[in-house]
Amino acid sequence: MGDTATVRLRPPRNRLDRRALRWWWTKSLVAVGVPIVASLLAAMVSPVGTWLYWVAGAVAVVGLPVALLLPLWWYRVHRWEITEDAVYTRTGFFWQEWRVAPMSRIQTVDTQRGPLEQLFGLATVTVTTASAKGAVTIPGLDHRLAAQVAEQLTRTTQATPGDAT
Amino acid sequence: MTGPNCPPRLNDDSDTAPESQRWRKLDRRTVAVTALRGAGLAVAAGFPAGAAIAGGTSPRVAVAVVVPAALVLIAVAALIDDVRWRKTSYRVLADRVELRKGILVRSNRVLSRHRIRGVDITAPLLLRAFGLVHVKLGTGEQTSVGESSLVLHPVTRAEADDLRTVLLHRGTATARPAAPADGALATFQPSWVRFAPMSFVTPTLGLAFFGVILQVAEWFGLRAGVLSWSLDLLRDLALPLAVLAVLVAGTAVGVVGSMALFTEMWWQFRLERERSGTLRVRRGLLTTRSISLEERRLRGVELVEPLGNRLVGAARIDAVATGLVRQRSNERTDHKTLLPPAPRQEADRVAALVLREPVSPTKSVHLLAHPTAARGRRVRWALLAVAAVVVPLLVVGLTAVPVLLPVAGGCAVVLTPVALGLALDAYRNLGHGLTGDYLVTRSGVLRRSTVALRRRGIIGWTATQSIFQRRRGLITLTATTAAGGGAYSIYDVGQAEGLEFAEAAVGELFGPFLERA
Repeated sequence: MGDTATVRLRPPRNRLDRRALRWWWTKSLVAVGVPIVASLLAAMVSPVGTWLYWVAGAVAVVGLPVALLLPLWWYRVHRWEITEDAVYTRTGFFWQEWRVAPMSRIQTVDTQRGPLEQLFGLATVTVTTASAKGAVTIPGLDHRLAAQVAEQLTRTTQATPGDAT
Repeated sequence: MTGPNCPPRLNDDSDTAPESQRWRKLDRRTVAVTALRGAGLAVAAGFPAGAAIAGGTSPRVAVAVVVPAALVLIAVAALIDDVRWRKTSYRVLADRVELRKGILVRSNRVLSRHRIRGVDITAPLLLRAFGLVHVKLGTGEQTSVGESSLVLHPVTRAEADDLRTVLLHRGTATARPAAPADGALATFQPSWVRFAPMSFVTPTLGLAFFGVILQVAEWFGLRAGVLSWSLDLLRDLALPLAVLAVLVAGTAVGVVGSMALFTEMWWQFRLERERSGTLRVRRGLLTTRSISLEERRLRGVELVEPLGNRLVGAARIDAVATGLVRQRSNERTDHKTLLPPAPRQEADRVAALVLREPVSPTKSVHLLAHPTAARGRRVRWALLAVAAVVVPLLVVGLTAVPVLLPVAGGCAVVLTPVALGLALDAYRNLGHGLTGDYLVTRSGVLRRSTVALRRRGIIGWTATQSIFQRRRGLITLTATTAAGGGAYSIYDVGQAEGLEFAEAAVGELFGPFLERA
């Protein structure tokens, strides 16, 4: 491949809010914790349930480290950037994904805040284009920043003529 | 209200006249059609039901139950349709089309005329007998069917043609005759029917045939009889011969059935371009269909070659266009097909005509091969797939059921070459290239797809890389577009080469974010 062998997509400039880490930890601990607690309870109630302790143990041994480490990885990988011309994000660890949506093609800008996100003062910005598969999502932003970003994007895209297809 | 057969006056120049803006009704004969359809349903359901009842009691009781029930069914269907007809009206105004309908829940749907992108006309056999058709007006929105379309069900053919002309040929005041400018781009060749059996339809129909026979036999309580009769018939033959006989019978039915289906769908197929820049597909033997597609919605074409078709050198062409909403799941997506399976040369010719290019991009493009690491991935997937079948058999065979061991061996011997062949073919089919205004990408084995996408129709890029791809320097690039499937991918291309390619195709997207060390 010669001298072009080192072409790559540079990481977007901005990290997410640090509180996103706590948000993700909470989510993954709930995801791992619920089956552990459920099988522990079942083991206590059921007379033949000793093997359920093993299930709970296995889930804990495998799940808890993953639940703690994965958000750290995500935090390193998830990045976003808004330039004058485009929204650019990088997500994922095992399946890394870079997405670009040009300003001229953006159709809608949404901000969402789930209950957990509200708890941590976070918000998710979703930018959709005319493509059914072209949406770009930036999770875990400070909610004031998210509102600003959405506002800025809306203003920019309204200035662009055409139906963006 | 005016009479149902009174042809409407819908000319563009009379749009301002109050008469063309009045509320109009659907065709009155819809009630007769519904009654007939109800009668058909009553017959189809009545016979098995009657047979079942007669089996339990006597034929006289069966008739006494089934016939009144059928009459009530027909009357109710006709009555409901009559109310529906009374409650439904529509009008075409200078700027919009309105439809009022609903028996219990009234609805008033308005479509802006400038947003109407398609006027599709369908005429099932029963409606054709009355000279009636269904008309579906659609906008180019990527929303669910309900919100973006308006169905007139039914109107006369003359009225449908008028609507089509008026609604699609706006801005061209002289377009009234709607004479095709370029004439037919493609017409049906009976010899294309030979491609029909080379698809999954054939075995499916073959299997369905046996299923239907058994089902019908069961309705009449003859299932055991049919089974023992056919077993008697086959018992005289040696086992291989018997298997062969069943296979041949199934295949024969499948072949005939798939050809019949193809003929029904594509008989008198005609693709033409009209003066206003609309592509129109007309086709159908029993149910006739007319599908219109504005050229400015077109973002490219997809040359589709299912494995069976590819083996005999056939390909079909689908439009990659914005706002082609999948209508209902049972209608599949054939309304975007511009050319049924036809010889590859014909497909390339039609693709060029449709795109207004001297040579089809699917033909002129020089497709670049992907790195050999992509072949390695496909070979590994193939071997894993074989292992997923063989290993469980082997484990069970070794631990519990020794009989399975030869089965596992047989599977390994048969499946491995097949899987490897498919994997190598999958690698060979990978390719991407630029030609003129088009980005072309090809992939797939069982359904090889070659997409030619207009570069300015690309509205975003997505790059994905799994950790396996990262280790081998591969990347998957996906061009997102408002048209067709929404995204078309270049699988497992070399990272540097692929990113350079994406930048060359549409510079302003990934361009600013590339880093060259």
